[in-house]
Amino acid sequence: MVRRAIVDRRKCAYCGACIAVCNLNANELIETFLEINEKCNGCGLCVKTCPMGALSLAEV
Amino acid sequence: MFDLVVVGAGPAGSMAAKTSAEKGLNVLLVEKRQEIGTPVRCAEGISKESLRRFVEIDKKWIASEVIGAKIYAPDGTEVVMAEEIAGNEVGFVLERKIFDRHLARLAAKAGAEVFVKTTALGFERTHNGLKVKLRRLGEEWEVETKLLIGADGVESKIGRMAGIIKTLKMSEIESCAQYLMTGLDIDENYTYFYLGNELAPGGYAWIFPKGDRSANVGIGVLPSIAKMPAKCYLDRFIEKLGIKGKIVEFVAGAVPVYGEIETAVTDNIMLCGDAAYHSDPITGGGIANALSAGYHAGLVASEAVAKNDFSVRFLRRYDELWKADFGGKLRRNKKLQEFFLKLDDPTLNSLARSIAGKKIEEMSVQAIVVELLRSNPSLIELFKDLLS
Repeated sequence: MVRRAIVDRRKCAYCGACIAVCNLNANELIETFLEINEKCNGCGLCVKTCPMGALSLAEV
Repeated sequence: MFDLVVVGAGPAGSMAAKTSAEKGLNVLLVEKRQEIGTPVRCAEGISKESLRRFVEIDKKWIASEVIGAKIYAPDGTEVVMAEEIAGNEVGFVLERKIFDRHLARLAAKAGAEVFVKTTALGFERTHNGLKVKLRRLGEEWEVETKLLIGADGVESKIGRMAGIIKTLKMSEIESCAQYLMTGLDIDENYTYFYLGNELAPGGYAWIFPKGDRSANVGIGVLPSIAKMPAKCYLDRFIEKLGIKGKIVEFVAGAVPVYGEIETAVTDNIMLCGDAAYHSDPITGGGIANALSAGYHAGLVASEAVAKNDFSVRFLRRYDELWKADFGGKLRRNKKLQEFFLKLDDPTLNSLARSIAGKKIEEMSVQAIVVELLRSNPSLIELFKDLLS
């Protein structure tokens, strides 16, 4: 189990704010589809930045 | 082999592609979305003058024109900025969906190739330039180019891959939410700004009219001090102000409030617009600087090709140009932003009261600061090093 950011696709407005603050290059916006990869260390910066409250941390 | 590959078809990228293609360069403009200009991530306001410098105005993408701005302190104190001569509109609210496409079309018309729904995955250096890896509809391939411009927005990958910029900290980015609302009862001659640490910590709320009783109603907050997502602050703002209207569009986004970066170039690579943190740290406005940066990067690209010199030393010419145009303003407004961040709501109220009713005839941050100093001589000491 690792702590990672997860996205609620029903809330995501695919704006890219989370990508701007990720130090690990752990996310990518493919058109309107946000992908979070295994580089994510669960630091939570993107969670704090998301204007929609669409990101959260979870044990995955 | 291309002379130039531009990543991102926003105002910065399209302006760079247009300018360099007009100078005869072999240009490729790449946009990751299938539609240029959507989804909009912008409040769409720009001063008339800064738009005119680079683009011929076309009513098709002007949603509305305004004659001034009204700023509200937390206690509701109103500060009005307006041009003396009525009818002399100072600001535009754009229709970015149409504006961005228009600019991309101008780039295409000037001779640039345009690929949409195409992502730039990365680049590799070769002996005489760069290989840029592209992906479209799952297919990956490479193109060779002498120069690369990253105009790929606040989430720029080019800038970080090239080692030009550092990732933004929580105190260097505004997290923004906005609704396009319709059926509003507002005076459409003004843009409106609402300040307050409770209302919008580290940012402000705005209403930008878009004509026919509609407007962009939005908010930006600083994640380092915000206690909830921007959307929650926006809903609270709309409720508190009693704004009655129907939401017909949702917009989210982020704006760099970094100030001036030291350099926007490295060997073979230049950054423009939000990708180079060119947005204004006080207003969050980014279109004007993006157009200027794109224009200047396009010019320097054509000079570099003519001289066959793509070194960082040569490309610093672009740094000189954008810094001469708006670098000083980014520096000054970053200091002002840091100053305003320290003010609590009672101080904001008293500052607003000190200049409420005064004639401020220019719609700019500078005009407000000048009026604040005039009415509060004690601030001069504080502002001294800000304005030096």
